[in-house]
Amino acid sequence: MRDYVLRRLLYMVPTIFLISVIAFIIIRLPPGDYLTTVIAEMSANGAPADSGTIASLRARYGLGDAAYIQYWRWISGIVLRGDFGLSFERNVPVTSLIWGRLGATFGISLTTLLFIWVLAFPIGIYSAVRKYSIGDYVVTFFGFLGLATPNFLLALVLMYVSVRYFGQSVGGLVSPEYLDQPWTLDKFADLAAHVWLPVVVIGASGMAGLIRIMRANLLDELYKPYVVTARAKGMSEFRLLLKYPVRVALNPFLSTVGWILPTLVSGEIIVSVVLSLPTTGPLLLRALLVQDMYLAGSIIMLVSMLTVVGTLVSDILLAWVDPQIRYQ
Amino acid sequence: MSAVAETLDAGDEPRIVVAGQWKLFWWKFRKHRLAMASLVVLGMMYFVGAFAEFFAPFPVDLPNTRYTYAPPQMLHLFQDGRLAPYVNGYKVQIDRVAMRRTFVTDEAVRIPVHFFVQGDPYLLWGLFPMRTRLMGVEQPGQPLFLMGADRLGRDMLSRVIHSTRISLSIGLVGVVISLSLGVLLGGVSGYFGGAVDTLIQRLIEFVRSVPTIPLWMGMAAAVPTQWPPLRTYFIITLIISLIGWTSLAREVRGKFLVLRNEDFVTAAQLDGLSDLAIIYKHMVPSFLSHIIAACTLAIPGMILAETALSFLGIGLQPPIVSWGVLLQEAQNIRAVASAPWLLFAPGIAVVSAVLALNFLGDGLRDAADPYA
Repeated sequence: MRDYVLRRLLYMVPTIFLISVIAFIIIRLPPGDYLTTVIAEMSANGAPADSGTIASLRARYGLGDAAYIQYWRWISGIVLRGDFGLSFERNVPVTSLIWGRLGATFGISLTTLLFIWVLAFPIGIYSAVRKYSIGDYVVTFFGFLGLATPNFLLALVLMYVSVRYFGQSVGGLVSPEYLDQPWTLDKFADLAAHVWLPVVVIGASGMAGLIRIMRANLLDELYKPYVVTARAKGMSEFRLLLKYPVRVALNPFLSTVGWILPTLVSGEIIVSVVLSLPTTGPLLLRALLVQDMYLAGSIIMLVSMLTVVGTLVSDILLAWVDPQIRYQ
Repeated sequence: MSAVAETLDAGDEPRIVVAGQWKLFWWKFRKHRLAMASLVVLGMMYFVGAFAEFFAPFPVDLPNTRYTYAPPQMLHLFQDGRLAPYVNGYKVQIDRVAMRRTFVTDEAVRIPVHFFVQGDPYLLWGLFPMRTRLMGVEQPGQPLFLMGADRLGRDMLSRVIHSTRISLSIGLVGVVISLSLGVLLGGVSGYFGGAVDTLIQRLIEFVRSVPTIPLWMGMAAAVPTQWPPLRTYFIITLIISLIGWTSLAREVRGKFLVLRNEDFVTAAQLDGLSDLAIIYKHMVPSFLSHIIAACTLAIPGMILAETALSFLGIGLQPPIVSWGVLLQEAQNIRAVASAPWLLFAPGIAVVSAVLALNFLGDGLRDAADPYA
């Protein structure tokens, strides 16, 4: 077990490094740099910058240096001082903007993960045991629909339905009156009343996938001789099901966490733009549109890193539960 | 062989034994009804997309200010017992409470609709001057909005038809790029094994462990908005396929690993064939059907990615229209509440294309193992 954890931790180092490089590339992707913006602003204000000012600014921000030196300055600032740079648009440190929103993004993503697990598990079992029943067809139908519908489209449709037929707009995580209030039980209840919509919307396609996996795996097991034997010995159908085939089929089901968390985080980012949730999605989009690149790059980097860490934690938990994974 | 045998009579046994790989593939695929139906649907969608200028009643950006947000019309085929298609005109009512115009169908006005009508000249594929359109009205300015009109009074049907070309072709072009990357990297990985394999596998794991949407957004946002449309189109497609190649690479690698130790490969090696010749002459043909299935299943992801990016406003930009660009107009939920066709016309197009591609891919995957 310790070897497994160590190995996984070791694998993570290059991954994290690669993520930071990609984030840095994205920061530098747009044509021009921060100074171009500043110079444009200065001339728009009627005070064009002279070449001396520009040169001194350039030196101060180190914009003339080679890319790897700039990268080093940027990453060492983050690692050593927790300095992610400045948000150009708002002129405040990036850190003051993102932590709360990152928390919300991962709060919603993890809630969604739990939600689809808890639901996909029994539905998948039902769908396999009652193969080709009406219930199975209904599940399969909605499963395919869920896989084919982009989640932002689903969000739009649900918003349309609620505006059209219930006369109210949905969106946000809490009602306006609770926005700046401290956390109380009432506010929490209000949060719960709002959060189900994004959770359902983001989880739809992942859940459809999980149900199909559970169904297929269980179907492979259900007709094996050991099941027949247990049945012949007079074991009750329910106990038999849970004690043998489900436990075998559970394995591939559990190992899907690894690939489903990145999908959920992706989904959360785009759905939160539609539903205007106070998470990283709208902030990232806005930052990209105005080319506030340090903010955008930091969000992309932190979201990716946290996803990798989340996947690692779930993998370790699984290895702890299931020895087979450890020795693979 | 049992699955194939089921479709044929016992007397056909010799036919199965001598049938080639593709014949078996086709026999098995034919049995999958849903996949066959999807193939037909997709064939029609691609056909309509390919000849978008002909099928769309209007040019893609033709505004009609008298009919902004006009609701969909019903196409009546028969008039007094004979075939004479027409649509009803609109009557405008002013809603004094909400202070807005609403359109109601005017039964008294019948606007004849003609098929193979001669309209404004256009260039098919930007090359061939033509005037014929599948259907249209007699005079310019007359309303023909079978799927409603948008905020500038542009015909949604025409816009959806034109977007079909862009959205579906992005799926195809993207999959071709992804496949080249996937076959190259997956093939190298599976054929040579060892350190190269480990390195490429780590790379694939890395790409899969990172959430894709933020990465796509970061790259797509750097595409300058003033670039010519065609260039934007290719760059966006490239960005999408840069992340989408991993599943194809895994598939290819898996097949290479299995086939590498087959007798016929060893025989070819002993005969002194070069690595490249073995790969292309002996290995690729034996798993080509699997690759086709995997490609089909990869296309929906590409289409959805483009739709998501364009929806956010950082993918394709107008005047190019794709389903995502059309859906961007549906972001304003108040507008959608009074004109739901803005959301549902492109939305249904996306969902049905992706559904059909998934079904088709499933059918192809099953058929790729004709002996299973």
